[in-house]
Amino acid sequence: MLLQERKDLFLMAIFSFVVLSAPILFQPIGAGYPDLLQKFAIYGIFAIGFNILFGLTGYLSFGHAAFLGIGSYAAVWSFKLFTMNVVPAIFLSVIAAGLFAALIGFVSLRRSGIYFSILTLAFAQMSYSLAYSVLTPITNGETGLQVRALLKEGQTRGLLDADIRVIDSFFGVEEFGIPITNFFGLKMSGWEGFYFCAIILIIAFFISLKIFRSDFGLMLRAIKSNQNRLNYTGINTRPYLLVAFMISGMYAGLAGSLLAVTDPLAGAERMQWTASGEVVLMTILGGAGTLIGPLIGAGIIKYLEQIFSSINNYVLFTFFDFLPVELQVLVTKLTSLFVGEGWELTLGLMFMIVVVFLPGGVVEGINRIMGLFHKRKRKEDTTTNHKAQPAE
Amino acid sequence: MSDNKLKIGRRSVLKTGALVGSALATPMFFSNIANAYTNEPKGKAVTLGFNVPQTGAYADEGADELRAFQLAVEHINGEGDGGMLNTFSSSELKGNGINGKKVEFVTGDTQTKSDAARASAKRMIEKDGAVMITGGSSSGVAIAVQGLCQEAGVIFMAGLTHSNDTTGKDRRANGFRHFFNTEMTGAALAPVLKNAFGEERRAYHLTADYTWGWSQEGSIEKYTKNFGWETVDAVRTPLGAGDFSQYITPILNSGADVLILNHYGKDMVNSLTQAVQFGLRDKQVNGKDFQIVVPLFSRLMAQGAGDAIKGIYGSTNWNWSLKDEGSKAFVKSFGSKYGFPPSQAAHTCYCQTILYADAAQRAGTFRPSELGAALEGFKFDGLGNGPMEYRASDHQCFKDVLVVQGKEKPDSKFDLLEVVEVTPRSQVEYDDKILGGELGPYNDGA
Repeated sequence: MLLQERKDLFLMAIFSFVVLSAPILFQPIGAGYPDLLQKFAIYGIFAIGFNILFGLTGYLSFGHAAFLGIGSYAAVWSFKLFTMNVVPAIFLSVIAAGLFAALIGFVSLRRSGIYFSILTLAFAQMSYSLAYSVLTPITNGETGLQVRALLKEGQTRGLLDADIRVIDSFFGVEEFGIPITNFFGLKMSGWEGFYFCAIILIIAFFISLKIFRSDFGLMLRAIKSNQNRLNYTGINTRPYLLVAFMISGMYAGLAGSLLAVTDPLAGAERMQWTASGEVVLMTILGGAGTLIGPLIGAGIIKYLEQIFSSINNYVLFTFFDFLPVELQVLVTKLTSLFVGEGWELTLGLMFMIVVVFLPGGVVEGINRIMGLFHKRKRKEDTTTNHKAQPAE
Repeated sequence: MSDNKLKIGRRSVLKTGALVGSALATPMFFSNIANAYTNEPKGKAVTLGFNVPQTGAYADEGADELRAFQLAVEHINGEGDGGMLNTFSSSELKGNGINGKKVEFVTGDTQTKSDAARASAKRMIEKDGAVMITGGSSSGVAIAVQGLCQEAGVIFMAGLTHSNDTTGKDRRANGFRHFFNTEMTGAALAPVLKNAFGEERRAYHLTADYTWGWSQEGSIEKYTKNFGWETVDAVRTPLGAGDFSQYITPILNSGADVLILNHYGKDMVNSLTQAVQFGLRDKQVNGKDFQIVVPLFSRLMAQGAGDAIKGIYGSTNWNWSLKDEGSKAFVKSFGSKYGFPPSQAAHTCYCQTILYADAAQRAGTFRPSELGAALEGFKFDGLGNGPMEYRASDHQCFKDVLVVQGKEKPDSKFDLLEVVEVTPRSQVEYDDKILGGELGPYNDGA
């Protein structure tokens, strides 16, 4: 046990170091700018939370984007009504997402396997449609909820178009145009925003590590390997599942609030089923059930989305400048299928390759490569990974 | 489960740690802090960001916008035949870039989603060092990106965005719009509708459910009310719905005799085609022929809708069949590069790029506040719409508005719209206070 703790401490130290020095580490691959690194951290938190549910219990939720969206809406409303300080916004978001998760979890967890997945998907899609149409007075529909200038005296405007920020006005905070979010005076965009997200990511990772190592985590794993046996021995598994579902939902709410903290805008498309699917992709791509895998997956997907989609024909053509002209045109045409607007094709191919050849995700890939270097490791390490496990 | 963990030994981590540590010794990423304004170009080149939808309901418009941007950059850099630079009333641009700097550009996909559009714009500003962002084929996206540019301290030259809000209640000092808006469409289209279909009509709206749809629905109602048109129902449809049949069947029993389609892009192509297939136009209601109106029209959409657009009224910002010198030069230049005529989306994006470049040249800097001052109240001609002016109070461009009708007998597959009336600028002008909103101060960032 003591050895385990020392190892974990070491893991945390390395993890914190990598996360905090990301601006320099990711510079060579063109990802060292605040917005993308913020996204890495935020979707990392989202994926870590998702992994607590999917990785440990095997319950595949297809509706986690709903919690992300609720977190964002709650945060932006906190900016509009109370204060531009991010702390109340984050608290509100996590609580809102947790409550909502309890509600959805209570209903959905009565079923398992594919039925559970479909139920969560249905709930998420319902939330999306509501946010898009019926709840427009709260969500501002497709345009998205935004922070506005303060309501001036004599103006008659709805809360969607003018804010009140009672706490800020109480303390007499002066505003110039449309304010930006702050952490007790420190602005939350750009690099400051990234470091804020990074520190929260480290805390979130630490909590996840503790859950993985705890008895509670062990119970969740037991549910994954054989829930029936647990039931026969007289253990009621549903409370454990509900708590795991809620924690996972709160992580998503936290990620949603951070999206709003770094960029105070909340749109309904954050709740769409594609967003729910994305976090499933992240987790599986990186390695479900591993601590670090979902983070790696989130990084890969956000990187592809931002950097690959920005490579246009012009850039490619210049890149292949060393080739003869005819070949240059041909190669540009061929490669342009996989970058620019075709970035999703690359993602699809990558996902296929990972699922077929590396069922344990990128983490398994890294382990195999490490295994090649450390031949003293026993062979069964890499072979046992191939055993397919049922989802329940 | 335990065999699934990441297995990296302490020794190997220490080794890589040492390597990384030495890499850390050469920090260079904080070096460009001392800028006078966001992304001040220090080298021989200046970077512009073209943020367009490459996927989704407005992808066709986005592709055409990108073509126009590339053409504009060529012309500013002195390549190609110069296009509308030759007819533009301001002759500051000499074909050697802007302020002596060569123009380079970066592109991104907005996916017609506010989130994705802002992420993409942020990348251009934070990573690629863009001093100006332009593009967008949806008002929702345009408003979201305009807000971002205001925060970041760069200029936003709105592309295809038709909602009143862009230069109305969501206007920003750093944002400028060349395209017209629904207020102008309403003012220009209503008299034509009155002459063609008569007074006392009962209208049914199908409206794309976001800022632009709401804005257009409101403007059409406002201007047709004056001569006794009433709205039977206004149904909101989700953006990118694809299938509109479930929305069209109720129209048949609603007692309406005019259908107003507040849709754009692929949505409009689908809803119009389906409405015609359902036989709406062959019907007689209240003793009158049933009519369909598409307030915002474009040649790209007309092409997609095929025969369904014949005889349909709408308004447009620009059409390639115009015979003024500017339009002719642009169509020739665009056509010889890409093999087909440009759309109105392409036209507005080309103009915006030229206008930005010209303003930067006249101001002698890329600083948003000085460049913006050069655009405010700027009067110009020769960009295809006759004499125009950028109004200082809301950064909206004012010009004549074209009312068009789908041609019954097109001469070619591109010749689909007939200009039935050019509504003069004086008739579509309005007081900017009726839309609410305020520009606020310029933000130079940094």
